[in-house]
Amino acid sequence: MSSEQHIRPGRVPLSLVVNGAHHTFQVRMQDSLLDVLRREGWKSVKRVCETADCGACSVLFDGSLVDSCSTLALQAEAGRVETVEALAGTELHPLQQAFLQHAAAQCGFCIPGMLLSMKALLDAEPEASEADLREVMTLCRCTGYAKPLAATRQYREGLADSRGSR
Amino acid sequence: MTTITKPPASATEHESVGRSLPKVDGEKLVRGRAVYTDDVHPDGLVIGRILGSPHPHARLRHIDTREALALPGVLCVLTHADVPRVPHTTAGQSHPEPSPYDAYLLDHKVRYVGDRVALVAAVDDDTADEALRRIRVDYEILPAVFEPADALAPGAPVLHDETESTGIADRSRNLAAVLDFEVGDVDAGLARADLVHRDVYRVQAVQHVSLEPHVVITWLDEDDRLLVRTSTQVPFHVRRLLARTLQFPLGRIRVMKPRIGGGFGGKQEMTLEDACAALTLATRQPVKIEYDRSEEFVMSRTRHAMQLEVAIGAKRDGEITAIDMRVLSDTGAYGTHGITVTGSTGSKTLPLYNRAARRFHCDVVYTNHPIAGACRGYGAPQGFFALESAIDELACQLGLDPLELRRRNMIRDGEVDLVSAALEAKGKGWTRRIQSYGLEACIEQGARASGWEKRDALPRDGELVRGMGVALAMQSSGVAGVDWGAAAIKLNEDGSWNLSMGATDLGTGADTALAQIAAETLGVSLDRILVYAADTDLVPYDVGAYASSITYVSGNAVRRAAEEARDQVLGVASRLLGISAERLRCSGNRVESDSGRSLSLAEIADHAMHREMTQILGRASFCIRDSPPPFAAQFAEVEVDTETGRVRVLRFVSAVDCGTAINPLQVEGQIEGAVAMGIGYALCEEMLYDESGRMLNPNLVDYKMIHADDMPAVQTLVVESYEPTGPFGAKSVAEVPTNGPAPAIANAIRHATGVRLTQLPMTPDRVLRALGKI
Repeated sequence: MSSEQHIRPGRVPLSLVVNGAHHTFQVRMQDSLLDVLRREGWKSVKRVCETADCGACSVLFDGSLVDSCSTLALQAEAGRVETVEALAGTELHPLQQAFLQHAAAQCGFCIPGMLLSMKALLDAEPEASEADLREVMTLCRCTGYAKPLAATRQYREGLADSRGSR
Repeated sequence: MTTITKPPASATEHESVGRSLPKVDGEKLVRGRAVYTDDVHPDGLVIGRILGSPHPHARLRHIDTREALALPGVLCVLTHADVPRVPHTTAGQSHPEPSPYDAYLLDHKVRYVGDRVALVAAVDDDTADEALRRIRVDYEILPAVFEPADALAPGAPVLHDETESTGIADRSRNLAAVLDFEVGDVDAGLARADLVHRDVYRVQAVQHVSLEPHVVITWLDEDDRLLVRTSTQVPFHVRRLLARTLQFPLGRIRVMKPRIGGGFGGKQEMTLEDACAALTLATRQPVKIEYDRSEEFVMSRTRHAMQLEVAIGAKRDGEITAIDMRVLSDTGAYGTHGITVTGSTGSKTLPLYNRAARRFHCDVVYTNHPIAGACRGYGAPQGFFALESAIDELACQLGLDPLELRRRNMIRDGEVDLVSAALEAKGKGWTRRIQSYGLEACIEQGARASGWEKRDALPRDGELVRGMGVALAMQSSGVAGVDWGAAAIKLNEDGSWNLSMGATDLGTGADTALAQIAAETLGVSLDRILVYAADTDLVPYDVGAYASSITYVSGNAVRRAAEEARDQVLGVASRLLGISAERLRCSGNRVESDSGRSLSLAEIADHAMHREMTQILGRASFCIRDSPPPFAAQFAEVEVDTETGRVRVLRFVSAVDCGTAINPLQVEGQIEGAVAMGIGYALCEEMLYDESGRMLNPNLVDYKMIHADDMPAVQTLVVESYEPTGPFGAKSVAEVPTNGPAPAIANAIRHATGVRLTQLPMTPDRVLRALGKI
């Protein structure tokens, strides 16, 4: 089915790979990536500040962390988007496991973005410093960051151990 | 009076209570699968929006909605002419609410920038926004007033000149409410003091900034019942307030709280539900209203800004003779929570120094600011900033160790809280006696961890100086004689239990803590407890999540319901085994006898359901008579740059006595979150307004919150005591650690620099002014 046949007035097609699957969406010129992802069912991506200051809407775009609230959907054409739903299969990702163990999620609204921010950083820099973690970590009103940081440190140490045993 | 007398039990005797078990909802949270209000939409959902006033005070002479209604896609526009005019309070409090009935669904007057003018429902966001722009309003602009002292003065504009509102102390003076109490003779106490210290403290309005904004979806089901899915802390109060405001039968309203993204008191309120429901009733369509971030700042609720005058007298040896606290509180345009929050500024703080004579007076005043309401700590953070700063200054002037001065005068184990007794004598609340007391241990452990004894060795010369300060705090566990909750628990064929309760988890981990209490009582593992909560059709009543009540109030209800169910289980097992129930116990997901015989819960359920044809079902209600205080001692080490005025918190130690910690990791999480909020209150958070009452910084760029890279090294000490009236010895934890950061940091700045800051937030500008540098 070609997307052109189903264009609604004022909408244009947008082709995206989300969590490994190809999709064509009809979007408005002014839609943010956040608007499109939430409208199309990726509800883990949260709308909080819309000024790119909190990180709750973070997704991985072509492997890099972006604020989906401040990314025009059309600029994402043909890109690969990963949301927190892609982190785990039936088993939790070790970072998620660490968050669970440390009771790092309270209300949970920032957690999808926070997990992605920590994963993106440690994928790129497995030995990222404490200051790096803190600089990248999303805004949270519940936890005071202590438990999320403890969980992330544990995950980081796990990465170091697995490198050491290789 | 109900007292569970049981010796203190160490956590190792318990299978669930006292263990840091993973949250019952933890996996879905880390998978991003938790379903919040806006994550599921009924078919045909349309968008509701609110037109906010551009003026702080005005009458609506005329509203022309024709152009808006002519826009394709606009379903309806409602003004005050279209809805019932029913005075009410939006405060989520037990009926009869102590707050004035001064609010209207829509009114012919607006009282702050952002106050409701009209409501719109349209097919999508853009159409709704365009409809708002097309509403023509003829405003009769009235003079506005922003300072409580000005609002009280003769000739000030009167906000609530309407006669329908009730429960206002003196509308002609904009005085929403007044409260005073006295313990002992304060004038005599000040007269016999060797030293009297007086100061005036000022605290600002801040916002809760729950990451999920206020959001609600309403629709009519196939029976024409009004369904309300909302991000609330108080589903049962919302149902009652909706019924009153809309003049709609309560039994035809169902309020459901899904997962919610934080509350902190901001959702202890009917904030959007009435507007959304009015649009659904007018259009018969499902409607969603969600605040954007700037609306969330301006049109939800704030912490009360206050001015606090404190006089404190002491003998040279450190006996505090009297404390006098007078508070002027800015409730904004409406009186919701005004009297209870501001009353708590005295009643939650002054019990701490139980031997001094104490006097409290507060005036709660209307201004044309956004509406103040409940906010974590509920008046106590304001009061403790003033009180714990004043005590510290007194110690400095007497040349005493601030910790020793506090130790000498603070409330002790077994004492009757004389403030509670004075309030009971006025018909407000019940007298309490301290039955669990970890304050002395909090001081000891916190002092050791913070290095208090060596604080004078911190460098206090040069540009960068360091200092250490302490603050003590206490809170309550629910409101005695008012707060109550109920729970029901039933056994399924496979040995799992459905726990249904009105208690409302707003992210704190309440569902987990209450499930742990049920699991412990029933002798089952946590995975056997299936929690369903906070749906007014399906669960028994609970006042909701506020006043640090859930673990203590709802937890007692859950424990009693589970005990009743356990007795039924033992009865069935007794009949099955032919062994008397006294010789049986529930443990390890089974019922065991002292002779070693045992049955699984599935076997018992099967027998009960398919032989005895009986549902094993426990239920209980619990209203509190006591409100046992949790205690805290909090220590801040700061560095002050005396050239720039910048204050950095280097270390922060909290020692908190919450009775038994039902889930220690979750308790730590509550404390750490409260500390972050408290540091933001102390140093950077502030709602700023221009001269016409418009908020200048309603976004997360200009409203400065504490991010991860601002957080100091935090040490959290959970100091356990055993509260005999609490479930397994527990009392509350969520609010008390919000109280200490601001005064502890102010006291640390005093230690570092010798200057006393009396106004929050303690920004570089204010620090430099105090230092005399600008």
